Amino acid sequence: MDFELSQDQRDLQDGIRAVLEGSLSLETSRGREGRDDVVDPKGWTALLDAGVFGLFVPESEGGVGLGLAEGVLVAEEMGRVLVPGPVLSTMALAPILDAARDGIAHGLFEAPARGATAPGLVEHPDSIHALVLLPPLEDPVTEPTLIEHGDLRYSQVLEPLDPFTPLGVLQEPYPVGVSLEGTSSPQLRQRAMVLTAGFQVGIATACVEQATAYAKGREQFGRPIGSFQAIKHLLADALCRSELARSAVYAAAVTLDDPVVATREADTLGCSVTQLQWRVVAGAKILADEAAITNARTAIQVHGGMGFTWEVPMHLFLKRARVLSSTFGTRSQLADMVAALI
Amino acid sequence: MDLRYSDEEEQFRSELRTWLSGVLPNLPPKPSSTDWPGRRAYDAQWQRLLFDAGYAGVDWPVEGGGRGASPIEQLIFKEECERVGAPYVGTGFVGLLHAGPTIIAEGTQAQRETYLAPILRGDDVWCQGFSEPSSGSDLASLRTKAVRDGDEYVINGSKIWTSHAEVADYCELLVRTGPDDSRHKGITWLIMPMKSPGIEIRPLKTIAGSTEFAELFLDDVRVPVANRVGDENDGWRVTMVTLSFERGTGFVGELLESMRILRSLTEFAKRNGSWGDPSIRRRVGTLTASFDALWALTKRNVSEAARNGVPGVGGVVFKLSFSEQGQALSELAMDLLDRAGLSASGLNGGDGLGDLPNAEYVDAWMKSISLTIAAGTSQVQRNIVAERVLGLPKEPK
Repeated sequence: MDFELSQDQRDLQDGIRAVLEGSLSLETSRGREGRDDVVDPKGWTALLDAGVFGLFVPESEGGVGLGLAEGVLVAEEMGRVLVPGPVLSTMALAPILDAARDGIAHGLFEAPARGATAPGLVEHPDSIHALVLLPPLEDPVTEPTLIEHGDLRYSQVLEPLDPFTPLGVLQEPYPVGVSLEGTSSPQLRQRAMVLTAGFQVGIATACVEQATAYAKGREQFGRPIGSFQAIKHLLADALCRSELARSAVYAAAVTLDDPVVATREADTLGCSVTQLQWRVVAGAKILADEAAITNARTAIQVHGGMGFTWEVPMHLFLKRARVLSSTFGTRSQLADMVAALI
Repeated sequence: MDLRYSDEEEQFRSELRTWLSGVLPNLPPKPSSTDWPGRRAYDAQWQRLLFDAGYAGVDWPVEGGGRGASPIEQLIFKEECERVGAPYVGTGFVGLLHAGPTIIAEGTQAQRETYLAPILRGDDVWCQGFSEPSSGSDLASLRTKAVRDGDEYVINGSKIWTSHAEVADYCELLVRTGPDDSRHKGITWLIMPMKSPGIEIRPLKTIAGSTEFAELFLDDVRVPVANRVGDENDGWRVTMVTLSFERGTGFVGELLESMRILRSLTEFAKRNGSWGDPSIRRRVGTLTASFDALWALTKRNVSEAARNGVPGVGGVVFKLSFSEQGQALSELAMDLLDRAGLSASGLNGGDGLGDLPNAEYVDAWMKSISLTIAAGTSQVQRNIVAERVLGLPKEPK
């Protein structure tokens, strides 16, 4: 057992970080804030060229041939700089859709659970070429369906919470799409959950780093505010949240990647492999959502009044964390799911 | 990121499992928590069994007489022992986890020959004399004074939180040998035989009603200079060296124990009807996720220790997070017990519910209160994370 990153994984991390710094830094992305199409074509091409969308595709089919362990590392790096656009959904769909692996943007939409009252909000409606509809969580049998963009009927949300996540309200009844034969909805959902959780860990980490840097430089009462225990303790707790969430997310990714590990752990816990997979994935997303939201709140608090301004980017981390925590299961829903599995 | 155990690791596990299954059924019942001689004898017997089977000092280096197991094997050892409810080190704690490793690293050859083997065999029990009534989190301010008189030190002062003092043979003692204000630079590490004249032991009763701790009052206690580990006034460094033995498995037993209580608590909630309450289920779900994450963090920590020799930042992160989750767990247990939580002794539930787990849960709840205090308060741990990991400036003096 060696749960540290391998040299290849570190290289991948460094490589993606360099690509993002070059083409998709937060400063660059902020130029597209609030647009209906937040995807910067140059940045998107850089992701495609870096192999982000072909990550899970076998090398024999022209992809990079890696697993979710590498996927979460990439997602984490993207979370640190809040890469805009339908990148996680396109990544999650790449193993089953040729178009997605070629970098053609796709959305992923969960059919609301029975009795749900929230409107059917779809992200990046103007940027996606097609939308894949996942059946509700309680339905593990039905395969996902693909709806071409031209068949979608939606109205634009005028003021989306996150200026990097434009939204449309899908009009009901939803169009009947083409069934993606042979695709496992649970597997697709788990992949999306883990990648989302990875992105959240990136957000949580960036918030600690940026708030720490600010606390070192900002002086009040004649000394850096980071020398006050009140600030130190906020940041220490934030670091604990992101490190704990990171551990859970990496473990979930490896558990989905490696059937030997999954079988062994399921055996230890006395449950089925399927139950174990849901448990680790749901648990990882609970902690990652919590870390991202709470650390973003902490980062705003540490920035004081400036943290409440639009100019300082901390609100963008908080808003994206909120968007992601509402997709593929909220913390409450996932806690219910874990409880039902034990 | 590889969570597969190697063939050697699996073999270590299966041999240990076989041994445990053979030896555990023949153990005598555990003595009561107040029967100190009984506890010492019980722990010594277990340690001797470990010794004879080659599992004593599983984490000690081979040159110190230990097994020299890798951090991963140490994790497996704790996991397997906890899985079948094997005894923990008990009164052997200080000797096996602290004094022994210190003597291996910093002791003289004569000290190693005298003290190590009896610890491994379970013959000698050690206690710790570090903290003082006026020196808790600020250990470097300690005042217990040792004055050189020929080839002896004459020691006066008092120590506190000294676990197992009543049954200990030796005490690892930190004393002030430098000037009063010398702080870290004037401390010396001594081996004090507990049968030395001038030691008074006063048990301290904890909020759980137990007497795990004691106060030591030292009145002209004479300790040979030959019992000094490291140089005079170099005791702070000697103490810090011991910390480098940490392999990220420090609280693994406690974590696995908490996971077991969470399972037992879930069963109890299903039995007493509170599982119908969604808020209870949600708390169980969230705690399960947190403990699973702490287990994953443990694997990261031991992997880091296997690579670099020390677990890095993860050790402190684990301590801080586990302390809070452990308290959240015991609060949940108390909430489930409802008014049965008002009794620390076993009760029968109404409506045919039978034996209630209240004695175990109440005890766990009271003990959990010390999680954020013992082995470094959470407030001090947060300062450590902030200053050493995040690099924030020190508090002005």
